[in-house]
Amino acid sequence: MPVIEICGSGCAKCKTLAERADTAAKGLGLDYTLVKVTTMPEIMARGIMSTPAMVVDGVVKVQGQVPSVEALTSLLVGR
Amino acid sequence: MFWKKGGWLIPALLVWILLYHFLQSSADYLTVKVFGLELNSHLGGAISFFLYDSPKVLMLLALVVLGVTFVQTFVSPERTRDILARRAGAWGNLLASLLGIITPFCSCSAVPLFIGFVRVGVPLGATFSFLVSAPMVNEVALFMLLGLFGWKIAGIYALTGVSIAFISGWVLGKLKMERHLESWVLEMPFNAQAASDFRMSLPERLEASVQGVKEIVGKVWPYILAGIAVGAFIHGYVPESLMARFMGKGAWWSVPLSVLIGVPLYSNAAGVMPIVQALLGKGAALGTVLAFMMAVIGLSLPETIILRKVLKPTLIAVFIGVVATGILVVGYLFNFIL
Repeated sequence: MPVIEICGSGCAKCKTLAERADTAAKGLGLDYTLVKVTTMPEIMARGIMSTPAMVVDGVVKVQGQVPSVEALTSLLVGR
Repeated sequence: MFWKKGGWLIPALLVWILLYHFLQSSADYLTVKVFGLELNSHLGGAISFFLYDSPKVLMLLALVVLGVTFVQTFVSPERTRDILARRAGAWGNLLASLLGIITPFCSCSAVPLFIGFVRVGVPLGATFSFLVSAPMVNEVALFMLLGLFGWKIAGIYALTGVSIAFISGWVLGKLKMERHLESWVLEMPFNAQAASDFRMSLPERLEASVQGVKEIVGKVWPYILAGIAVGAFIHGYVPESLMARFMGKGAWWSVPLSVLIGVPLYSNAAGVMPIVQALLGKGAALGTVLAFMMAVIGLSLPETIILRKVLKPTLIAVFIGVVATGILVVGYLFNFIL
C-alpha cells in the first residue's frame, strides 16, 4: 500500500498538488494513503528545500512544482 | 489539440498588443467625454492617470509573470544550490547574487531554502547574497520597470541590486557569523535531495505559466489598484515644488527617510510600481525613489520575521544593517551622479 505524502505549509500550490495526486492515484485504482506533511522539521527531515513536494514511499518525486494529473500518474506508475 | 496545448496564447498575445496600444487614447476619451473633465485639472489628471494606469500595469504584470514563470520552469532552487555548493569566495557571492534574480523563490520557503543551502556546504556569505538578491532584484519588478520606464532605469535597478547583494553577502561572509545561526539548523537530521528528475513538457510549462499569471494577478490586483490610486492622487494633486522639497536631490535626509518608510511597508513588487511612476513623474530624485522601492521590496519585515527562526538576533540585526546601508549608498550615489 503506497504512502503518498504531500509536503508544504498549506499554500494554494500545495492544495492543488494534493488534489491532483489524489485524482491520479484514484485513477490508477491504487490502495493508498495520502498524508499531508505541514511542519517545517518534518519537511526538512525529508531533505526537501522547495515546496510543494510529493514523496511516495519515502522517495521524493516532485519538488517545488505542480505537475499535471497525467504526469503524476506516470510518476506513480513508475514508483 | 494545438489550441489546448497553449496555441491560444498566440491570438491572446495579439489582442494584448492591440489593447495596450489604445490605452492612453481610451483613458483620455473616457475622462473628457464621459466624465466631462479637463485633462489638466487636478481631478481630471488623477482620473485619467488611474484609468490609463490600471489596465496598463495589470496587462504588463500579466505578460511579465507569464514570461518569468515560463523561464522559471527551467530553474529550481535545488539546481542553484548544487551550483553554489561548488563555489567558494567572491565568485560564489557573485553567482549567488545573479542566480537570486531568476530562481523561483517565495519568502514562505526562505527557511527550508536557507537550511538546505547551508547544510550542503554553500558558504554562509553566498547564501546571504542569494537571500538579499532574490527579493531585492525581483524579476517581475525588473521587467515592469523595463516596460514602464525603459532599459536605463531597469538596468540601474538590476545592477545596483546585484551589487548590494554581492557586497552584503561578502561582508557577512567575512564577519564569520556561523555561530549566530540557531543551533537546530546545523543539528537537525537533513538528507539533501537531488533536484527532482521530473521534466515538464512544453504544454505543461505553458500551463504552469498561465497558472502563475492567474495566481499572482488574482492575488495582487487589489494592491495594484490601491497603489495606482495613491499614484493618481500624487499625479493630480501633489504640486511639483512640494515633491522637489521632500524628495528632490537637495533634501539629503530624504534617502534615509524613504528607507525608513519603505521597510515596514510590505508590498508586492507590482503594487509599488505605480507609486514609483507618479513620484518620478513629479520630479522626485531617482536615487531616493530607487531607495524607497528597494526598501519596500527587498527589506521586508515579514521575511525577516521568518528568517528569525534560523538566525539569532545579532545576525538578523547585522543582516538588516548591511542591506539597509547598501540601499542608502545606492540612493545617495544616484542622486549624486544623475
